[in-house]
Amino acid sequence: MNANAPLDLERIRAQLGGARGREYWRCLEEIAETPAFEGFLRREFPTGASEWRDEFSRRHFLQIMAASFALAGLNACTKQPLEKIVPYVRQPPELTPGKPLYFATALTLGGFANGVIATSREGRPTRIEGNPDHPANLGAASVFMQASVLDLYDPDRAQAVLRAGEPSDWATFVSAMNAAMGDQQTKRGAGVRILTGSVTSPTLRAQLAALLEKFPAARWQQWEPLMRDNVREGARLAFGQIVETHYAFERADVVLALDSDFLFTHPASLRYARKFAGRRRVALPAGAGMNRLYAIEPTPTITGAMADHRLPVSSVEVEDLARALAQRLEISAEAVATPHDDWIAAVARDLRARPAASIVIAGESQPPAVHALAHFINAKLGNFGGTITFTDPIEPTPVNQLASLRDLVADMQSGAVDLLVMVEGNPVFDAPADLNFAEALARVKTCVRLGFEENETSRFCHWHIAAAHALESWSDARSFDGSVSLVQPLIEPLFEGKTMHEFIDALAQQPGRASYEIVREYWRSQGWTDFEKTWRSALDKGVVANSAAPPRAVTLAASAPPRAAVGAPPGAIGKTEIVFRADPTIWDGRFVNNAWLQELAKPITKLTWDNAALVSPALAQREKLQNGDVVELKFRGRALRAPVWIAPGQADHSVTLHVGYGRARAGRVGAGAGVNAFALRISDALWSGGGLELARTGETRELVSTQKHHSMEGRDIVRVGTFAEFKADPHFTEKHEEPRPEPADTLYHPGEFKYDGYKWGMSIDLNVCIGCNACTIACQAENNIPVVGKHQVSVGRDMQWIRVDGYFHGGLDNPEMNHQPVPCMHCENAPCELVCPVGATVHDNEGLNVQVYNRCIGTRYCSNNCPYKVRRFNFLEFNAGMTPVQKMVKNPDVTVRSRGVMEKCTYCTQRINAARIAAEIADRKIRDGEIVTACQAACPVDAIVFGDLNDPASRVAKLKDQPLDYWMLGELNTRPRTSYLAKLRNPNPEMKS
Amino acid sequence: MALVVLVVGVGWTTDAVFWSPYTTYVRIPQVQPVPFSHQHHVDGLGIDCRYCHASVETSHDAGLPPTETCMTCHSQLWTQAPLLEPIRRSLATNTPVKWTRVNDLPDFVYFDHSIHVHKGVGCATCHGQVDQMPLTWRENTLYMKWCLDCHRAPENQIRPRAEVFNMKWRKPDGEAALGRELVAKYRVETDRLTNCSVCHH
Repeated sequence: MNANAPLDLERIRAQLGGARGREYWRCLEEIAETPAFEGFLRREFPTGASEWRDEFSRRHFLQIMAASFALAGLNACTKQPLEKIVPYVRQPPELTPGKPLYFATALTLGGFANGVIATSREGRPTRIEGNPDHPANLGAASVFMQASVLDLYDPDRAQAVLRAGEPSDWATFVSAMNAAMGDQQTKRGAGVRILTGSVTSPTLRAQLAALLEKFPAARWQQWEPLMRDNVREGARLAFGQIVETHYAFERADVVLALDSDFLFTHPASLRYARKFAGRRRVALPAGAGMNRLYAIEPTPTITGAMADHRLPVSSVEVEDLARALAQRLEISAEAVATPHDDWIAAVARDLRARPAASIVIAGESQPPAVHALAHFINAKLGNFGGTITFTDPIEPTPVNQLASLRDLVADMQSGAVDLLVMVEGNPVFDAPADLNFAEALARVKTCVRLGFEENETSRFCHWHIAAAHALESWSDARSFDGSVSLVQPLIEPLFEGKTMHEFIDALAQQPGRASYEIVREYWRSQGWTDFEKTWRSALDKGVVANSAAPPRAVTLAASAPPRAAVGAPPGAIGKTEIVFRADPTIWDGRFVNNAWLQELAKPITKLTWDNAALVSPALAQREKLQNGDVVELKFRGRALRAPVWIAPGQADHSVTLHVGYGRARAGRVGAGAGVNAFALRISDALWSGGGLELARTGETRELVSTQKHHSMEGRDIVRVGTFAEFKADPHFTEKHEEPRPEPADTLYHPGEFKYDGYKWGMSIDLNVCIGCNACTIACQAENNIPVVGKHQVSVGRDMQWIRVDGYFHGGLDNPEMNHQPVPCMHCENAPCELVCPVGATVHDNEGLNVQVYNRCIGTRYCSNNCPYKVRRFNFLEFNAGMTPVQKMVKNPDVTVRSRGVMEKCTYCTQRINAARIAAEIADRKIRDGEIVTACQAACPVDAIVFGDLNDPASRVAKLKDQPLDYWMLGELNTRPRTSYLAKLRNPNPEMKS
Repeated sequence: MALVVLVVGVGWTTDAVFWSPYTTYVRIPQVQPVPFSHQHHVDGLGIDCRYCHASVETSHDAGLPPTETCMTCHSQLWTQAPLLEPIRRSLATNTPVKWTRVNDLPDFVYFDHSIHVHKGVGCATCHGQVDQMPLTWRENTLYMKWCLDCHRAPENQIRPRAEVFNMKWRKPDGEAALGRELVAKYRVETDRLTNCSVCHH
C-alpha cells in the first residue's frame, strides 16, 4: 500500500462532492484511481502472484512439460495406505459412532454469559453455535464465541503448573498455598489480595464470600480493561444506587446512540442486535414501522454504520450534545450551544413525537454524566417501564474497577501485599499505564496466577497454574438479563487445567473438590424444589428456567441532571484527542493468539493482523499522512509509534487506537501484531483524552486490508434506498436494474435441470446486516478453512468463503456504510462450471454448484471466470505443520483441502446431506428450517435465510418474492440462487444528511 | 514405434497394477490383533451383523464393537484362550484394540451406512459373503467406478429391507422387476445419485 502513489485527498473530496446518484466506492485508493490500484484491479491476484515471468517460450514450455503431460493422471495412482480402526473399550451409551453430540453450555466475555450449543465429535469439541433457547443471545454466536473453540486447541496455551518458570505440580502448589494462607491466619488475611475480572458466576461469588469471611482483612479486587465503570457510576448519579439498565429495542421507534456501540460491544449486544433488526426488517405490506437510528460517535463503529443519521464528533463533545438535547427536551435549563444545534433540534422533535417508544443509550466510553443525562432524557420521554427497564446489578459484587485497581496498586507499592492471587487477567499489559502495575507487582512477596496462557503478567508470577478452557470446565455464569447458565465441559482438560473454582478452593484450604462438586454444592444450597430435576433441565436447556433478574422500579435522585461538574476542559473541543476502543476482532487482547480472529477483516476498516491509528481524512490531509505512515503519538508524557489508517467517518480531531495489540508475549500467532494502545492509556483517559500530538516519522509499516481485493468497479452491487421511497413504490430498486437477458438467451443448455425436487436458495437481507463478521468465522470453523497469515492476505490469498464487503456512499468525511455478505451465488448458469477442464466444478440437480476437491488440478480458470470472485484457491499447503492437538478442531464432515485445490462456499452441503439422510430414513421431506447453514446459524440479526425455493411456505421462498429482492449482477444472466434484499435507510425528512 | 510400445507398455502396466489386489486389497485378509472369524460368529453362531456393528442403521459409521461387546461372551467362553489375550488385556488395561481397517475409503469420500441400509442395500452386496470369511478381507474394490455401477442402476443391487442383514438371501429370478419395484417403493432417486455432492463434500 505504501508503494502506491500518494492519495490526493483534496481531489478525492472534489470527485465525491460532484458525484450524482448512487455511486459507491470501496476505498480511498479506488476513488483516487491511482495507477497502482488500476493495475491491481485488472488482475484478481496481485502482481507476481500467478504470472509466468520467465523467458521460456510457450513451445519450449510445452516441450519440457511433455513428459509430465504424458504421465498426467498418474498422480492419482497411489495405493491407499492401510489404516487402523480403533473402537472404544467401553463405549459411552449416549454416543453413536459418527454422530455428533450436542451440549448446551455457556461462554463468557467480560463476565457476562451467552448460551451456546457445542458440538462434540467422538469426544472432542469442534463447533460452537448459539443456543436458540437462551434468552441472552437467542441462537446467535459472536465472532468471539465461535473462535474460542480454536483457543481450546491452541498449542501456546499454558500446559503445566509452573513455579518460577520451572514445571511443578498441583499438589506442591496446594501445600504451598496452605502454608501461605496459614501464615495469614493471624493477620486475618490482611496481606491477601484476590484480583479477578468481572464476575457473574454465583458459585465463584459464594466461594470468594466464604474465603473473605474466613479472612476478613483480605480484599477482592476486580479489573477488566474494558470496564463498565461509567455505566455504573452514571446509574448511581441518576438514581442514587447502581442499577442495571435493559433496553427493549423491539419497542423503540427511534434510537439515539450517544457513542454507544450497542450492536456489538454491549454485553447484551447479540440480543439487542436481534431485537433491533426485528424493527429494521421491512415486510410487505409497506407501512410496517421501520425504526430510525441516530448515532453520535468519534469513530466508525458497527452501530454507527447502521445509523440513518450519523454525527462524527470528538468524544468530548458528546456530553455537550447530550446537554443540548436535555435542554431542548426541557429537562434542564442549562443552555448549551453546539455547532450541531439543528441536528439536535431535529432529533429532539423526533424523540418527542414518539413518546414511550424511543431509546437514548450512552456507551461505556462516555463519562457518568452522559449516562445520567441519558437516564433523565429517557425518563422525560416516558421510556421507563416500556422500552427501558431496570434490574438490580447482575454482577453480585459490582465495584468501580478503576478504584479497585488503584487500591490494589497502592497496597502493592506499600508492600502490604504478601499474596496476590490472580484469576486470569493481564494487568501488566492492560492496566492504566500511569499505575505502573508491573513495578508494583515486583513488590509482592508471592504472586500466583491461574491463566489460560502465559502472558506478560505471568512473567512476574511465582506460581502459574494452567487454566481449563470453558469447554473443559464445570462452572456457572449469568447473562446480562440475569439468566443463570451452567457451564458444562465437553472434554477432560487437555492439559490438566484447573477451573477458577478449583483454584480458589486451594486458597480456601479445601482442595480436592472437583469443579463439578463445587458447582453442585452451591446450587444445592440455593433451595431448588427438585434439585436433580432442575439441574438436569438446566444442563439440557442451557439455562436455569426463570432465572432472569426481575424488573425493579427506580426513581431519579434529583429533579434535574447533574450540572457539568467537570465538563470539557476549555479549548478541548478542536484539540486532537486519542480514543481507545475495544478491538472488533481481538477484544482487549485476549484473542491475539487466535488465528481466525487475527485474520478476520475488521468490520469497517477491513484491516487484518494489525491495528492502526485511525485518523479522519481531514486530519490526514492536514498532517499529510498516507495509509501506513508511521506517526509518533505523544500523549501526556507518553509516546507510541503507530501506523496510520485513514478512516472515512472518523471525527475530525479524533485518533482511534484499538486496544489489545502489540503484546510482548502472545504466542506464535499474536507475536508482532499491531501496536500497544495500552502504553498510552492512563487512568484519567481510559476511553479518550485531549492533548494528543501527532508527528510523522517518515517510516512506513505495511497494513493489510482486504478492502481492495475483489473490487467490482462500480456496478450495481448494493442497492440502497429510503423507507419513504419504498413506501411510495415497493419496486423502486428495480429501476436501477440493467436489462436482464431472457432465461433462454444463453449458451448454456437451458432446461438441463428441471429442479423439481428440492431447489436450494439463500436470501440475505442487507437491511439488517450489521457487518459483525459472525458469518465469516462460522463458515471458517464449519468448513475447515485455513488461516494464511498476513503476507498471503496482502497478496490476495485470504481463504474465507464468505466475506462481508463494505461500500461507502457520500462524502469523504461522513459517508454512509453498507455491508454486504458475499458467499457463493450458486448460479444456475454458473460461469465457473463450463471452464473447468476436468469437471471438478459441476451442478447438481438441486441447484448447488458443487466443487469436487479430488478432481481439481488447479488451473484456476473457474475463479477467473467467476464474476463475484467467491472462489478461493489453496496456493500453498496452508494446513501444513499442524500439531495433533490443532487438528482436533477440524470438522470431520468436511474434506480438509490440500495445496492446489479450489474451494468455495458449498451452502453447507454436508448439512444438506445430513438433513436429507435423516429425512429419508424417517420417510418424510426435509422441513423448512431443518437445514441451517453455518452462516445463518451464527448471524445475530438473522440476515441469512436458506431453504427450499420449491416450497412456497418456506421463509426463503417468501423472501425472494419480496419486491426488494434482487440478484447481484443479475444482468450477466448467471441466475444466482443467492439473492439480496435491498437496504433501506429511514432518514428523518427534516434532516438533510 | 519404440515410443508407441513404451507408452502402451506403461499404460498396460499401470492398469494392471491399479486393478490388482496389491492396490485394491481385494481378497487379501489383513493381519489383525486377533484372527477374528466372521464365518464362525455369523454362520456358525448366528450372530446378527448389528450385534457388533451396532450403528449401521443410525449413523454413517457402522461401528466396530468395543472390547466390552466381545467380552459379553468371552468373559464366559474361551476365557483362557491365548488367541483372545489381546481382548482380555484391552479390557483389563482400558486400552482399545487397534484393528486394521479392511473396508476403507479415501478421506475425501463421505459414505453413509444408514441411508444405504434404509434403502435396501444388503451388507453382502458391498462386503461380500462375510459369513463365509474365516478371516476378513475386502470383497470389492470400493473404487468410485464400482460405486457408480450401482448408483447409476440401483435396481440391480437392491433387496427388500427385511433382507438387508440376511447373508443367505439370493436374488430371485425376475430380479429386474423386483428391483424396479423396490426402487420406486423405497423412493430411490436415481437421477440424484450421480450428483457429486452426494459423496464428496
